[in-house]
Amino acid sequence: MKNLVTLFCGALFGLGLVISGMTDTTKVQGFLDFFGAWDATLVFVMGGAIIPMFIAWRISAERKKSVLGGLIPQSPKTELDRALITGAILFGAGWGLSGFCPGPALASSSFGGLGGVTFLAAMLAGMVIAPPIIRAVKAAP
Amino acid sequence: MDYTSWAYGLLGGLMIGCAAAIYLLINGRIMGASGIVGGLMDGSGRSTWAERVLFIVGLVGAPALLGLVYKLPSTNVTNNIGLLIVAGLLVGIGTRLGSGCTSGHGVCGISRLSIRSIIATLVYIGAGAAIIIIARAIGVLS
Repeated sequence: MKNLVTLFCGALFGLGLVISGMTDTTKVQGFLDFFGAWDATLVFVMGGAIIPMFIAWRISAERKKSVLGGLIPQSPKTELDRALITGAILFGAGWGLSGFCPGPALASSSFGGLGGVTFLAAMLAGMVIAPPIIRAVKAAP
Repeated sequence: MDYTSWAYGLLGGLMIGCAAAIYLLINGRIMGASGIVGGLMDGSGRSTWAERVLFIVGLVGAPALLGLVYKLPSTNVTNNIGLLIVAGLLVGIGTRLGSGCTSGHGVCGISRLSIRSIIATLVYIGAGAAIIIIARAIGVLS
């Protein structure tokens, strides 16, 4: 049952990304282009996605376990560290250059052609080589 | 830019938010794309291998099935392969180092009022906006 829910959530996420227009890299780059022909679509997508999730966090605050028994994740960490900020800068740079983030890159992999697959392969390679980089950033003085 | 794309954006956004809400309330998991995929690459995190694979099968498979019956809009992605490789590496490393991407920090974190996620989202949007200005100035983006 849990597996079926996981598959369903992945599918709903993928369809939502395609319908919202977020698999179109020009819409994403258009949102980041604040001084050009600004495209507000991403604001509507984010707003639309945050509403149900805001309600879900409120419901989850009153319980320790999810419907199928998994533990509800605990309160998030609050300290801001170098890894978070450096990671967000690197991610934002790659996001702006390509117009792709991980969700849309995966959702469009069946119809995004060679460019999409190239991005995806590089992204997976980046994730593979990330652990020693993360250790180095955290250990740096 | 027209009202149709705002309406589709809102509809698609609600679908994304409902997927994240169901994943949290039913399965007890946070729906962050980089975390789900990244855990497959380095074995970190709470989710099992099967959970990660099934989620990705749905994420890739549902648009693929839709594409069989409906002409999906183009990704309009650049054909500059070198740029895509650099961007992909930055997204892969950056999301792992920063513990999340647009879905994890942007959707699940902001809705939880997590200060880390709010700051991360502001920083990656700022970095994305800055890199577009820089890339245009040096002729990498048109």
